[in-house]
Amino acid sequence: MGSPKLDPVARRPLPSQVVKDDESALVAAAKAGDISAFETLVGRYERKIFRLTQNITQNREDAEDAMQEAFLKAFEHLQSFEGNSRFYTWLVRIAVNQALMKLRKRRPNVVSLDEEIDTGEDLVPREVEDWGPSPADRYAQTELSEILTKVIGELDPPFRIVFQLRDIEELSTEETADALGLSVPAVKSRLLRARLKLRQTLNQYFRLGENQ
Amino acid sequence: MKCKTIISELADYLDEALDPILRASIEEHLGKCKDCRIVVDTCKQTIEIFCDSEPAPLPQTTRLRLHEALAKRLRRVRA
Repeated sequence: MGSPKLDPVARRPLPSQVVKDDESALVAAAKAGDISAFETLVGRYERKIFRLTQNITQNREDAEDAMQEAFLKAFEHLQSFEGNSRFYTWLVRIAVNQALMKLRKRRPNVVSLDEEIDTGEDLVPREVEDWGPSPADRYAQTELSEILTKVIGELDPPFRIVFQLRDIEELSTEETADALGLSVPAVKSRLLRARLKLRQTLNQYFRLGENQ
Repeated sequence: MKCKTIISELADYLDEALDPILRASIEEHLGKCKDCRIVVDTCKQTIEIFCDSEPAPLPQTTRLRLHEALAKRLRRVRA
C-alpha cells in the first residue's frame, strides 16, 4: 500500500500568535481612557468568552457571572497588561480563573486541575469506524452546535478545560500550561485523552451509515 | 511500530511536533494499518469540527446584563 493520504491537522496560525491589525491600537486607546475602544474589544470577544465560561462551568448563571467578572477585571487591570501576549490570550486567562472559581464553588469535589490523573483507562480506541469526509455537514448548524456542547460537557473538567483552551481557543500548548498552572507534559497527556474521548463520543453521530 | 505507540504519539503527530524519523515510521505504519488510519483521521476531524465551530450569539438578556455592568463600572471610573 502507498503512503497514507492523511495530513496532519491543517493548522492555521494560532490566534494567540496572530494579532488583529487594530488590537494593539484598541488596547492602547482603552488604556488611555477611551471607553469605546474597550467596548469594541468586549464586543469582539464576548461570544467566545461566554462559550469558554459556559464550557468550563457547565452552568448558565455561573458562565454569565464569570464572563462579566472577567471583562470587569480586564478593564480594572488594563494598565498592568504589558502586551507581552495577545490581549485575547490575557483575557482568556482571566476568564478561565473566574470560571474555575465558580466551578470549584459549585462542585468542591471536582478534581484539582494540577493533580496527577491516572484514569487507568486503556487509550487504544474500541470503536474504529470511518466517518467519511465532512461529517459535520450532515447536521444543521444549531443541531451540530448542540451536539458539540453536549459531548464536551460529558468530559471530566481536567480534560475538558485543556481541550477548550488548546483546541477551541487555540492557545499554544505552552500558553495552556501557563494559564492552568500545569506542566507541558500534563497538558499533552490530558489533551490526548480529551481528543480520544471526544472522538469516541462523536463516533455515534458521525460514523458512516448513521445519517446517510 | 505497534498500534499502541501510534496512539501515544497521536497528539504530537497531529500537532506536527514530532521529529522527522518518528513521524516517518508512524506514516509507514499508517500506510499498512487501516484501523490506525481511521483513528488518526477521525481524531483530526474531531479537532477541526470543534475548532471551526462558531460560538453562538450571546442570549439577549445576558448581553444586556454584561453591558449594563460594564457601563456602571465605567461610569464609576469616569466620576
